[in-house]
Amino acid sequence: MSTNRGAIVVDKDRCKGCALCVLACSKGVISLAVRKVNVHGYPYVEPMNPDNCIGCASCAIVCPDGCIEVYRKIIDKEDEQ
Amino acid sequence: MNNEVTLLKGNEAIAYAAIRCGADAFFGYPITPQSEIIETLSLLKPWETTGMVVVQAESEVASINMVYGGAGAGKRVFTTSSSPGVALMQEGISFMAGSEIPGVIVNVQRGGPGLGTIQPSQSDYFQATRGGGNGDYNVIVLAPNSVQEMADFMDLAFTLAFRYRNPAMILSDGVIGQMMEKVVLPEQKPRRTEEQIRKECPWATIGRTKDRQPNILTSLELKPEIMEARNIHLQEKYATIREKEVRYETINCEDADYLIVAFGSAARISEKSMEIARGKGEKVGLFRPITLWPFPERQLAEIAKGKKGILVAEINAGQMVEDVRLAINGAVPVEHFGRLGGIVPDPQEIVEALETKMMRK
Amino acid sequence: MTENDIISPENLVYKKPELMNDTPMHYCPGCSHGVVHKLIAEIIEEMGMEEKTVGVSPVGCAVFAYRYLDIDWQEAAHGRAPALATAIKRLWPDRLVFTYQGDGDLACIGTAETIHALNRGEHIAIIFINNAIYGMTGGQMAPTTLIGQKTSTCPYGRDPELHGYPLNITEIASTLRGTCYVSRQSVDTVGSILKAKKAIRKAFEASMKGLGSSLVEIVSTCNSGWKLSPAEANEWMREKMFKEYVKGDLKDTTNLK
Repeated sequence: MSTNRGAIVVDKDRCKGCALCVLACSKGVISLAVRKVNVHGYPYVEPMNPDNCIGCASCAIVCPDGCIEVYRKIIDKEDEQ
Repeated sequence: MNNEVTLLKGNEAIAYAAIRCGADAFFGYPITPQSEIIETLSLLKPWETTGMVVVQAESEVASINMVYGGAGAGKRVFTTSSSPGVALMQEGISFMAGSEIPGVIVNVQRGGPGLGTIQPSQSDYFQATRGGGNGDYNVIVLAPNSVQEMADFMDLAFTLAFRYRNPAMILSDGVIGQMMEKVVLPEQKPRRTEEQIRKECPWATIGRTKDRQPNILTSLELKPEIMEARNIHLQEKYATIREKEVRYETINCEDADYLIVAFGSAARISEKSMEIARGKGEKVGLFRPITLWPFPERQLAEIAKGKKGILVAEINAGQMVEDVRLAINGAVPVEHFGRLGGIVPDPQEIVEALETKMMRK
Repeated sequence: MTENDIISPENLVYKKPELMNDTPMHYCPGCSHGVVHKLIAEIIEEMGMEEKTVGVSPVGCAVFAYRYLDIDWQEAAHGRAPALATAIKRLWPDRLVFTYQGDGDLACIGTAETIHALNRGEHIAIIFINNAIYGMTGGQMAPTTLIGQKTSTCPYGRDPELHGYPLNITEIASTLRGTCYVSRQSVDTVGSILKAKKAIRKAFEASMKGLGSSLVEIVSTCNSGWKLSPAEANEWMREKMFKEYVKGDLKDTTNLK
């Protein structure tokens, strides 16, 4: 049985911390970094629970600044163990 | 149909000459006394022959902004209107100056202020030469005084506009627009190809090819240091134009005691006045600025040396007279004669003004 | 299976479009403008028109749009973009020419240019960002401001007695015979973004096929002007704006899928 495993890369200095991606993510992968800001003084998001990511790209699609790259790989359940 | 003589109105000559000098588009709006221009273009259907676009816009504001778009895309495009219509175009012209866009505007002046009259006038001189829009900028202003010059100045206006990437204006009036005269039309020039435009106008917005950065035409710049640099660049350009592009005509000035300085239709009338005065033994010459901006300051000052006086004859309350005074700088007495409200002076009035104001007769 | 086994070029499924450069955009956090910019960049790339597109940017929040998409741009005076686009398209018919305008630009000072360019059937696409406020100048009332909506120039809420009624310019556009495609979308959810992209793509295709003029309105948020967080702004938009500005295709004679 195969499943999608995803991963995201956030351009944290381009992110403005609007957090619309956090709302769009159904797997609770992404959230605002705690007490951290980027070079522009904006809070930014990062993948807090990367293992939950299925690579659906919802976060990246809603991101108004195009800060998120999304990767996805189909893997067999067995290799997971 | 080249260089044979035809009889045309000044307005019609603008339309014919535009097509022949390879204009790519006209955008305009009806207003007396220049509606024959768009009517003539519509009758000639150049879109079927040279491919020239002719659009009647929803306003003069839209027209000038269409010129902005078309000229910004490297094409020879122009608009024509009359005084109150040209007033609506001032923002667009200022934007063109700021973005360095070579649009051409023809103003067939009528009396003002406001809705004014449909009779001729020269009362937009300040607006044309000082700029009616915001900011420090100049427009190259050509003043025809015949139907022939209406035809000749279309190609010249485009040439100067593109040479300096600057808006250029033909400042005519209701007399020259409506009167008919013999005219030799320029030969048909082909419209420029895409390759020619890419070479001549590398700045034009015609689609960003991989070999260059995007072309962005805007007059916006928020950083003051950069905006000052842009303004200094514009001022340097204007200095070059002042240096190289002054045009004027002189008749009988060498032996003259008095000069009449006049442009456009007032200059045609003053030629007759000069004749009448010469007939009475009064040695009068005529100095006619053809470029109102850049104004022939040095040339006028040179020719005025030793003269007893200068009469500036205009169809307004006194506008070019200020430039004449600046050029003469007090060396010689300068007086103004003008008629208002659309009244066109006759030659005799100018002679009387010369005699009373200058010769103290 | 660690993250970096997944993060490799062959597994890439989504990233910022090439045409959108790396210049940070000045828009407020969560602003719809950014999403629409991304869609336009994606569509131009998908149509292969990177070298044949001329955009006309407005005066308003998107006044710096030309900094973010690497195509040729002209900046129009406030409200005049459709006039510039008319000339560019008429003179370069094989180019993709679109305007990108806000509600103040398009439905207030530029109403005449909008209506006449559309009704002349100019083969251009007008992308209309409707956030019911003047964003760049600090949140003043716009023609599309809702009745009762508070802005800096109707601080007690828009009152028709004083301020007249919201202007549904897109509905007007749909009655103009020059138009071939008029649609109203939003970019607040993944689903709506995909629909908005489809609508903009259709508008661009229609203009390239010379089917007439098209207008795509994107009902948008303005976090700063509305004084709401991005998420709250999306909520307020769904609750209030979508009632006044109903989404969907108002007109489609393009026969494009």
